[in-house]
Amino acid sequence: MQDETLTPAARPIRSRLASLRRHPLALPAALTVLVAVTPLFLASSYHYRIAALVLIFALACLGLNLLMGYAGQISLGHAGFMGIGAYAVAIGPAHLGLPSWLSLLAGAALSALVAFIVGRPILRLKRHYLAVATLGFGLLIAIVLTNEAEFTGGPDGMAVERMQLFGWTAKGTVTWYWISAITFLLGAKLALNLIDSPTGRALRAIHDGEVAASVLGVDVARKKLAAFVLAAVYASVAGSYLALFNGHITPDVAGFLRSIELVAMVVLGGMGSILGSLVGTAVLVVLPQTLTVLHDYEHMVLGLIIICIMIFLREGIVPTLAAALGARRS
Amino acid sequence: MIVLSTDRLSISFGALRAVDRVSLEVEEGLVFSIIGPNGAGKTTLFNVISGLYVADEGRVLIAGEDVTALPPDKLARRGLSRTFQNLQIFFRMTALENVMVGCHRHEATGLIADLLHLPAVLQQNRRSRERAMAALARVGLASMADQPAGGMSYGALKRLEIARALASEPRLLLLDEPAAGCNAVETEEIKAIIRALAADGVTVVLVEHDMRLVMNVSDCIHVLADGHTLAEGAAAEVRNNPAVIEAYLGVHGTREAALAVG
Ligand SMILES: Nc1ncnc2c1ncn2[C@@H]1O[C@H](COP(=O)(O)OP(=O)(O)OP(=O)(O)O)[C@@H](O)[C@H]1O
Ligand SMILES: [Mg+2]
Repeated sequence: MQDETLTPAARPIRSRLASLRRHPLALPAALTVLVAVTPLFLASSYHYRIAALVLIFALACLGLNLLMGYAGQISLGHAGFMGIGAYAVAIGPAHLGLPSWLSLLAGAALSALVAFIVGRPILRLKRHYLAVATLGFGLLIAIVLTNEAEFTGGPDGMAVERMQLFGWTAKGTVTWYWISAITFLLGAKLALNLIDSPTGRALRAIHDGEVAASVLGVDVARKKLAAFVLAAVYASVAGSYLALFNGHITPDVAGFLRSIELVAMVVLGGMGSILGSLVGTAVLVVLPQTLTVLHDYEHMVLGLIIICIMIFLREGIVPTLAAALGARRS
Repeated sequence: MIVLSTDRLSISFGALRAVDRVSLEVEEGLVFSIIGPNGAGKTTLFNVISGLYVADEGRVLIAGEDVTALPPDKLARRGLSRTFQNLQIFFRMTALENVMVGCHRHEATGLIADLLHLPAVLQQNRRSRERAMAALARVGLASMADQPAGGMSYGALKRLEIARALASEPRLLLLDEPAAGCNAVETEEIKAIIRALAADGVTVVLVEHDMRLVMNVSDCIHVLADGHTLAEGAAAEVRNNPAVIEAYLGVHGTREAALAVG
């Protein structure tokens, strides 16, 4: 719509809306309202369960989006870090006598360390080569989790103790909805902070031109590594939550399909869009659940929907719609 | 003081010796131009000096220090900045954000501070934004600050690259064909920018095919052909050097030669 077509009275409102949308707290506020209001529409424990899963996977996607959407580096093995986080909260209490919350932090630290060590050589690779190398990393983690049966329970997985904090036990779908919601909001705010910072600008610069970024003083290898480590920590925390929420874990959490799913969520929602991480995840978690009514055609319809989204919203759901609405990408 | 010098710098691509024992010395605060026919090795020389390529032989010194094997980002931190003949723009960022990346070498906040948006980061953002706005204003692009770079015209992008290099506040600036593809007005603007930079004490090394511009702004001109040095001197000397005229007439640059001689 052209501004000229608006009545004089409508114009200031429009520009005020536009500047509101551009306010740095606009998206955090909108996300907060969204997760606060969603429970009004959740009618059953099953609904809460789906919503909590969306938020947990969206948390992992936030990190992956920093890596893919902002820094422009792909990871096809990202579920490997979810696996590390998930098994940390399973093994810590069961075998090492650590409390769950400490195991979660230890898992995140271990993920960061592994990402730091693996990332150094791997991130030198570009595009398809990086894709295959990260894929190999993910497979490796999944195989270790499957083979170290005395620790991990092998392919059958293992039970996960409930998390206790100061004598309070985190259980139930409603509780986990709120835990994941608050963590997601926190993760989103940190990601938004990063984007609007020297590191964030350097990452986006690397995405568009490594050579130009480097001659401007950006240590490209180091910044990529920072993004990789950060993405690993997000995934690890998400993996821990998933394990604690489900109370049981199998090596599938770190599997190849999970990694692909994470990438699909990021791309579908929109690379380089924080809101997109949530929307893409919501689509890929909720759709399969609703499509089960189609029985045998479930996967076919899901595949068709994904193809159509990518054809008609090729930049991903959020960036394409935002562009159509004339809004800035967020 | 000699800000930049190269000592018998050489690099080969297979059998092609693209830069062949080139030695030059650039005085602080001067405009030093490097000219030569297409394929003479000018861009390659820039790539070696700025750390994108590693020399096979020879040395690069900045302010007397050997920086030969340093990576580009380390060189940037020593005050070297450059633009590219074929644009290297961050197309998904706005004009202002592009230039803010130019401030990177002055930004000193860490990853954790950036994640938490500590006050130091907010202050840094503000400072970088101001510095970037000033650089944009300097090349006449202040009004386009919030435009996505992907939608800007070629001439504007050329100047955007200069602004981005300026934002790093270099002591040594390498410009690779800043006026290529620019119209007469834009070329005049670029000339004024180069002059102003030199007046501010920035050392400018200019590669450019527009001979009118080169002859106009250069304190010293270094001529390359087939990777090696053909001549060096002030505009008038180089213009009348028979070897230079022949190099231009012999290869492609007939138009430039006519200009250079005329
Ligand atoms: N990366 C590379 N690999 C192989 N050959 C290269 C490479 N870069 C440059 N060359 C070759 O080196 C020679 C010098 O190229 P260069 O780009 O430095 O010339 P130039 O003086 O900048 O020319 P122009 O005025 O056309 O920009 C050319 O023959 C070019 O083909
Ligand atoms: Mg060139």
